[in-house]
Amino acid sequence: METVSYMPGCTLKTAGKNFEESAIRLLEILGVTVEELERWFCCGTTYSLSSDNLMNHLAPVRTLLRAKETGRRELLVLCSMCYNTLRRTQDLVLHDQEKRDKINEFMYREETTFSGDEVRVVHLLNYLKDNVGFERVAEHIIRKPSDLKIALYYGCMLLRPEEVSIDESSEDPVIMEELFSSCGIEPVYFPFKTECCGSYQTVNKIDIVLSRAEQIIDSAVNNGADMIVTSCPLCYHNLDSSQERLADTVFGFRNIPVIYISQLLALLVGAGDAADYSLHSVDPRPVLKEKGLI
Amino acid sequence: MDRPNAESAAFKSNEIGADRNDYVLKRKDRSMNLKLSSKELKKEGIEKTVEISEANIYSCYQCGKCTAGCPTSEFMDIPPHEVIRLLQLGQIEEILNENTIWICASCITCAVRCPKGVDLSKIMEALRQIVLRKNVNHVHPNKVSKEKLQTLPQIALIANFRKFTH
Repeated sequence: METVSYMPGCTLKTAGKNFEESAIRLLEILGVTVEELERWFCCGTTYSLSSDNLMNHLAPVRTLLRAKETGRRELLVLCSMCYNTLRRTQDLVLHDQEKRDKINEFMYREETTFSGDEVRVVHLLNYLKDNVGFERVAEHIIRKPSDLKIALYYGCMLLRPEEVSIDESSEDPVIMEELFSSCGIEPVYFPFKTECCGSYQTVNKIDIVLSRAEQIIDSAVNNGADMIVTSCPLCYHNLDSSQERLADTVFGFRNIPVIYISQLLALLVGAGDAADYSLHSVDPRPVLKEKGLI
Repeated sequence: MDRPNAESAAFKSNEIGADRNDYVLKRKDRSMNLKLSSKELKKEGIEKTVEISEANIYSCYQCGKCTAGCPTSEFMDIPPHEVIRLLQLGQIEEILNENTIWICASCITCAVRCPKGVDLSKIMEALRQIVLRKNVNHVHPNKVSKEKLQTLPQIALIANFRKFTH
């Protein structure tokens, strides 16, 4: 059994519980034990883009120090925003000596300093590709869906900027497609796969999110997808919870369930029995049942 | 940018962005007569924007790829590429009077696509900071409804408050 350090982030313990639970069960079946960091901090969700304010980098650095202290080389993350923030902060510390020194000096009470290259922040998709191998994932499949078409939605934070992208190309990533094709599920052509869902505008400018969600969902539905598969709790929320309102206000709008990559994979490897679908606004169970996954 | 076409159901909806075509046409005619001087171009706001963003605003040659790729530009009074142009001309007040920087979703698409390596996402952040650091919040956390606080995932609230409050 391999063991990997894991940082959930704030949302995966509540609104994104189904993401975490399914991922942990999936990894268990694949022979990987996930060990949550003893003390981790909310990453702050967005990497601070101001060059002159280092305060917003402290929480991510502290989390990375906790990861360093486990002695393990890699830190697994599921949430795209945690992934993006931790990776970008790490790169900043690695490449900017002056800022690195300032940050370490400020955190003088920490037992060690952070230089940026002690820990490798890995997203689940890269972990499955590089550490587990997609073939090994495919070998564990015990349940194959009948004729399931999926739209694979990346969103923004797994891909941009290019330095932190989980795939070589931020404009046309294929890592999710490779994964699910190895598992025997063909993804549909989906030109909106890297288009932003509207992100944090969901709090006070819902019109923006509704507009984005509508375009993204229309694209998935028009290309024949039965489900949208995503890896970000915020994208999940925006695409899932917008649908009730879109169905009420847009003539001809068609609902489509949104699920996490780990939920789908867990079902394939037979770890989906205890799954909780109460957090979904659009219930995925009818489609899952129709396709023989539950 | 993928624009909704006339057949798109959303066009018929009043709820979402109303009539998008109409909205785009409503954009102010911004032709202006400017008297430029080096003092005008090197205004404190411009210098501050460059300092906080560490971006070279003068590299931009107005290709428009940022606006073309921007997911929320249809809601902006001034599209991203015009923001940079106004900065190049020292017209920072024009930008801060409009909604653009508060419509930005920080998706980083503009920065990835710019052929001159201008990081517009950092410029947007710098402009927000210039306003926020004057102790002016764009969003008031204590005015967000209880219902929203209970139904929205933390990731949305934290990100929103990080971007829109000081």
